[in-house]
Amino acid sequence: MDSTTKAPASAATKPAARALRGYRADDPGTQPAYLYPPYASTQKRAPHEALVRLPWSLSEVTGPLFGFERIRANDFDLTKQHDGAPIGERIVVSGRVLDANGKPVPHALVEIWQANAAGRYPHPVDQHDAPTDPNFTGAGRTLTDAEGRYRFVTIRPGEYPWRNHPNAWRPAHIHFSLFGPAFATRLVTQMYFPGDPLLEFDPMYMSIPDEKARKRLVSAFDWETTIPETALGYRFDVVLRGRDETPMENDLVLPR
Amino acid sequence: MSPAPHADDRHAMRQPTTSSQTVGPYLHIGLTWLNTANLIANVAGVRSILVAGRIVDGDGAPVSDAAIEIWQADASGKYAHPEDARDLPGTAGFAGFGRCPTDADGRYAFTTLKPGRVPAPGGGWQAPHINVTIFMRGMLRQLNTRIYFGDEAAANADDPVLTSVPPARRATLVAVAGANAGDYRFDIVLQGKGETVFFAV
Ligand SMILES: [Fe+3]
Repeated sequence: MDSTTKAPASAATKPAARALRGYRADDPGTQPAYLYPPYASTQKRAPHEALVRLPWSLSEVTGPLFGFERIRANDFDLTKQHDGAPIGERIVVSGRVLDANGKPVPHALVEIWQANAAGRYPHPVDQHDAPTDPNFTGAGRTLTDAEGRYRFVTIRPGEYPWRNHPNAWRPAHIHFSLFGPAFATRLVTQMYFPGDPLLEFDPMYMSIPDEKARKRLVSAFDWETTIPETALGYRFDVVLRGRDETPMENDLVLPR
Repeated sequence: MSPAPHADDRHAMRQPTTSSQTVGPYLHIGLTWLNTANLIANVAGVRSILVAGRIVDGDGAPVSDAAIEIWQADASGKYAHPEDARDLPGTAGFAGFGRCPTDADGRYAFTTLKPGRVPAPGGGWQAPHINVTIFMRGMLRQLNTRIYFGDEAAANADDPVLTSVPPARRATLVAVAGANAGDYRFDIVLQGKGETVFFAV
């Protein structure tokens, strides 16, 4: 009755195949572990068992693709989403989304969210005693252009306290969510600001073992994207996983 | 900041991937706009299924601040993506992507269609499955798992991924068919007894 229970007719034969390439593994030390006790919430949420390695198949090398149809005109400009101007220092956050082979990732969906200038989120869970801003939601989204470029206009987020340990403060940050071309390239991260004295005390930032990798999460001040008399510019490039470039013997073989 | 060129590639610069960071507790602010709990809202004439469940942590406590994303093929096993270049018509209005936050009790639910079989590495076919990505506070990088279907016993027995998992843990990847046709239950246990199998992609 259910057609999905039967293999397609072509399953009986092994038709001509073409190779698909997987994605290269992350470099050692660039990714945090699931269990990182200084970040207390990892302790009950990190799996105990080792991850099982998936072979490359169409399920991992495909992924959701997005168009402009759901992106509204002011989604990239968080200072223009309400009737009035938000409080705080206007900034431009821009950069490129590349893959690990150095190629731009075009038409990638980039979503951001952040606290307001006082370090407060308009979220029921955030009870930080700092003012909310009726003119700032703190959410933005855009698609990269053909060269992988993206650009947001926003306000500089405030640092905020959290309850991880006594007198814990998050450095100023903007949350980033990115979809590359595949299920395997999905990435959520945070962008930080240069010179923030809180970085070395932040368990989230410090959870990344490799110091160079940590520093790549810190944006760079950028004169070039500054808007004179209006906003300072910060540049933040994001690198998603890149495809294996040379065919390997364990390449995925796909029936036509 | 600038990466060193890789020895055997003069055209492009190899560089390390950006590190992952948690979505934190305020993920809804940035992610809610794309919530898609019904993947077939714009699809005509398909049989719907409901895949629902609950996420619990190592204490069995509900995870009320997670977001689940799913990615799946259509009923013919075709992914709406150029990499799936097989000559199959696809399903109009079906993108194959879903996103759903968990509620106060850790629950999520997707209305979708049952995916077909997808080619397996090296030939043959995988059993129908839904690819799952999980984000939450306390998770510095996402977790990936798969939802297989309890009423696909023959296909499951043949699936190269399911059969690569230790037999005692396989059931954690299989959604249980409910009393109503098309209802499936898939709970996710992050840690400890009955821990769901998670995959390195
Ligand atoms: Fe935050």
